[in-house]
Amino acid sequence: MKNTIRNIFHSPKFVIGFIIFFGLLLFTFVYPWFVAADPMEMIGQGNFFKPGTYISVKDAVESKNYTLNIEAKSSNVGAHIEEKDKKSMREWLVKYGGVSQEEMDAADDNALVELWFEKYDSKADQKGLTASKKKSYVRLTEKLKKLASDADVILAQENEDGELEATGSFDSQTYVNVGDVGNKRRLVLGTDTFGRDVLTELVAATKTSLRIGLIAGVVATLIGLILGLLSGYIGGVFDDIIIFITNLFTVIPSFVLLILITYSVGQSARGVGTIAAVIGLTSWTWTCRSVRSQVISLRNRDHVNLSKLSGHSMIRIVLTDILPYVASYVVMAFILQISSGILSEAQLSMLGLGPSTTNVATLGQMMNWSTLYAAHLNGSWWAYFPVVLVIALISFSLNLMNTGLDQVFNPQLRD
Amino acid sequence: MSETRAECLRGKGLTKIFGSGNKKTVAVDHVDFDFREGEIISIVGESGSGKTTLSKMLLGLISVTEGEIYYQGKLRDISSGRKKKEYWKGIQPIFQDPFSSYNMFNKIDSVLLDCIKMRGMGKLSYEQKFKMMEEACSFVNLEFKELTNKYPFELSGGQMQRLMIARIFLLRPKILLADEPTSMIDACSRSTILDMLLKLRDEIQMTVIFITHDIGLAYYISDKVYIMEHGKFVESGPAEECILHPTADYTKRLISDVPKIYEEWDLSTV
Amino acid sequence: MGKVMLEVKDLKTKYVTRLREDVYAVDGVSLKIEEGKSLGVAGESGCGKSTLALSLMGYYFPPLHYISGDIIVDGKNISGMKPDDVRKKVLGTEIAYIPQAAMNALNPTQKIIRFIEDVIHAHEPKMSKKDIYDLAKERFGILGLPAEVLEKHAVELSGGMKQRTVIAISTILSPKVLIADEPSSALDVTSQKMVIKMMRDLMEKGYIKSMIFITHELPLLYNVTDDIMVMYAGQIVELGTAKEMVFDPLHPYTKGLMGSIIVPEEGVRGKKLAAIPGTPPNLKHPPKGCRFAERCKYATPTCMGMEIPNIETADGRVYRCLMSERKIRGVYENE
Repeated sequence: MKNTIRNIFHSPKFVIGFIIFFGLLLFTFVYPWFVAADPMEMIGQGNFFKPGTYISVKDAVESKNYTLNIEAKSSNVGAHIEEKDKKSMREWLVKYGGVSQEEMDAADDNALVELWFEKYDSKADQKGLTASKKKSYVRLTEKLKKLASDADVILAQENEDGELEATGSFDSQTYVNVGDVGNKRRLVLGTDTFGRDVLTELVAATKTSLRIGLIAGVVATLIGLILGLLSGYIGGVFDDIIIFITNLFTVIPSFVLLILITYSVGQSARGVGTIAAVIGLTSWTWTCRSVRSQVISLRNRDHVNLSKLSGHSMIRIVLTDILPYVASYVVMAFILQISSGILSEAQLSMLGLGPSTTNVATLGQMMNWSTLYAAHLNGSWWAYFPVVLVIALISFSLNLMNTGLDQVFNPQLRD
Repeated sequence: MSETRAECLRGKGLTKIFGSGNKKTVAVDHVDFDFREGEIISIVGESGSGKTTLSKMLLGLISVTEGEIYYQGKLRDISSGRKKKEYWKGIQPIFQDPFSSYNMFNKIDSVLLDCIKMRGMGKLSYEQKFKMMEEACSFVNLEFKELTNKYPFELSGGQMQRLMIARIFLLRPKILLADEPTSMIDACSRSTILDMLLKLRDEIQMTVIFITHDIGLAYYISDKVYIMEHGKFVESGPAEECILHPTADYTKRLISDVPKIYEEWDLSTV
Repeated sequence: MGKVMLEVKDLKTKYVTRLREDVYAVDGVSLKIEEGKSLGVAGESGCGKSTLALSLMGYYFPPLHYISGDIIVDGKNISGMKPDDVRKKVLGTEIAYIPQAAMNALNPTQKIIRFIEDVIHAHEPKMSKKDIYDLAKERFGILGLPAEVLEKHAVELSGGMKQRTVIAISTILSPKVLIADEPSSALDVTSQKMVIKMMRDLMEKGYIKSMIFITHELPLLYNVTDDIMVMYAGQIVELGTAKEMVFDPLHPYTKGLMGSIIVPEEGVRGKKLAAIPGTPPNLKHPPKGCRFAERCKYATPTCMGMEIPNIETADGRVYRCLMSERKIRGVYENE
């Protein structure tokens, strides 16, 4: 036993899979200690906020002001234009603004902005541009003007007479220290379409999905193991019946079955546990088949015969003389069942048949939401890419662990 | 002299047929035998002669297609689980492959303790059980103290097979059915095992049914020999007579095909 | 004295386990076989006799590793060669190897003649198919195998026939040394006898110049080989002619081994069989002194403490024991 474990941890594949999987698991447990927020709380009003640190404007205004001799405009306007805008600005300037290509290539971001204000004319002859493209240049100019404006911002307060009275002003050299701002929130992965913090949601979803995978895996492995052990050991008519049922389940595509069952369970009853159980109930066939075939080959081994001749009961023979021999195999099947359970949940949820409750997120549901609200079309990668990555990592690590175990238990597969 | 001994196991027209219709194979074909108490009986045959099938029928692990087995003069009855258990108290096996005869997840102590329990002495104090196990191990020249907390697979093949004999010693069945107990172990361990089988017969008056393909071993150890070919006994009788003066062609061939050391081995008869 | 076909000098090889432990399976073996002679190797399972066979081929692949020593086949040292060169230049023409399960090595989809073509083409690419067929037919005829076998597939042959076919195929190039590792153990007695007869024919007709025969069945060795070598824990413990070894063993281990021979002949019944207590030592950490000392009833503290050299007697026998020949005989007589 000790030697087996030592052997397992000598398999690089298993160790890598183990580290990835338990790293993820650990993260889902440790993260809530540091961020206690409710993962489903809608903190943003609006769709898909970019990843970054958000600070309260009110707090910023009320914080102590510093005047720094850095021109906010000149140093930063260029940096706030998106790359694709810069590209179209350059194209316009070369085509219609009469700027040479060499001059264009030499210009940095801020020089580009200056050139733009100098040369751009919305009424210029822009042959070959569609009306909408022309309008987009107008909008771009407005945006740039706003960014470049160095007019002072005046703070006003209503006085007793109901009139506005200036109480202070900020110019482009006014700064606050981020440390002085009381309210800020770092949204590492931005927000999703409902304004929830994606990272917190992702951690919670990973935990839920792992739980679904685990429950589904336990259900499937238990059913498969028990039926496989019994049908393999008892044989005869009992075996025929079990094999008939197994074949039925194998022939009907389990995913179709899964869709039908989840659909008929009804929206209100589809909790995490139900989905997990349904997944487990449709995926036990392969475990059952392979356990059965292993038991059949073990059934006629001498030690089983000897146990029989010692007068042991059937249950005792199955539990002590057969189960330990198939245990390593069952562990491997269990690992694969977890992985396929998680994937099944993701597939179901993508179709909108996942757990119905809005209190929990699952990985599949996060994918579903981000596709429903077209995150992939408007470039909000943070809403779906991390989810895909986590799903991929989980199933990769579990499969890697499985292969590693396989190599340890079946020495012929060793390289 | 053997006829004066009490009857132990007798078979009449014993037959085993596998499959049916076109795929029918007759593994054991109407064999008759009469094993007396305290004898060592060898059943000799090449692979495929049906000797392992016969041994499984004698053990009651597979059903008998035709014929009767009489155990201690009475028709054997293993129709129910309890009757089977009762029968198995009287007959126990040693199998060919020691490496697959043990559940590798059970320690050696539990293998032996189980035997004591099976003999209905589970209520004895641990000291008494310990003494019994020690006695059984010393019977087969093993040191029980060195075996506690060990797993069977930590032993060599010969030691494992000796432990099997210790198990038999604890169980004290009337009949020991040894199915090629020495074919997978070394020559020098082999002689130890043979010695112990003889000792079991001499000291506990156990009936030993020794199944083998090696006619030399059968000659060395047994009182009575049954030569089996294609599911039938072609020759039977006392070992000396059967092997030194064979009458059946098959027996003659078997004997001429084994290498000799005292006489010239005639290779030209192939 | 004939020409020396195979000479091995102080050969050492080891296995490296998965947990990076070394197992010294062949530890300093030296032997010499002359033309027309055969050598039998006996010993318990795990004594290194099969590893010796693999090592003698010079064809090393993990987990087996070469440490030191020379293997000289007909004057040519092959011990330092690369596995690929060994396969091309040594196997088949110089050394042929037959493992126990050789009969399962035949690809069931090909006719027997195809294997023979493969073997010959590997060394003589220009030989025509007709010539190969004629050669094979002639050789098979001499060895008592029907010529129809050449046109058959492996599945159509019985186990004994397959094994004999494999032996005929692997000796078709008339190798100088044939190494046979338990070639007949998986067969029934009749097929075994045929295999043995065939190997004797091969020797007598000169198709193989010398032979190493490995088995744990001593009566077989006695009938097949001229000399017998007994191995224990990776080392040679005794070497002598078959008759001397069986009827007049010197080393206590050989004595135990030979005392356990059982044959269906008069006088065997009721004979007291020798038994050797204990188990062979673990070759990961071989004992410092005599490797057999722990199981030897004549062992003294000196045996445990010092490495025992091989002792050569006046009449050319070799044994590894501290006792002198005279003392050994005295001890055995007193029993």
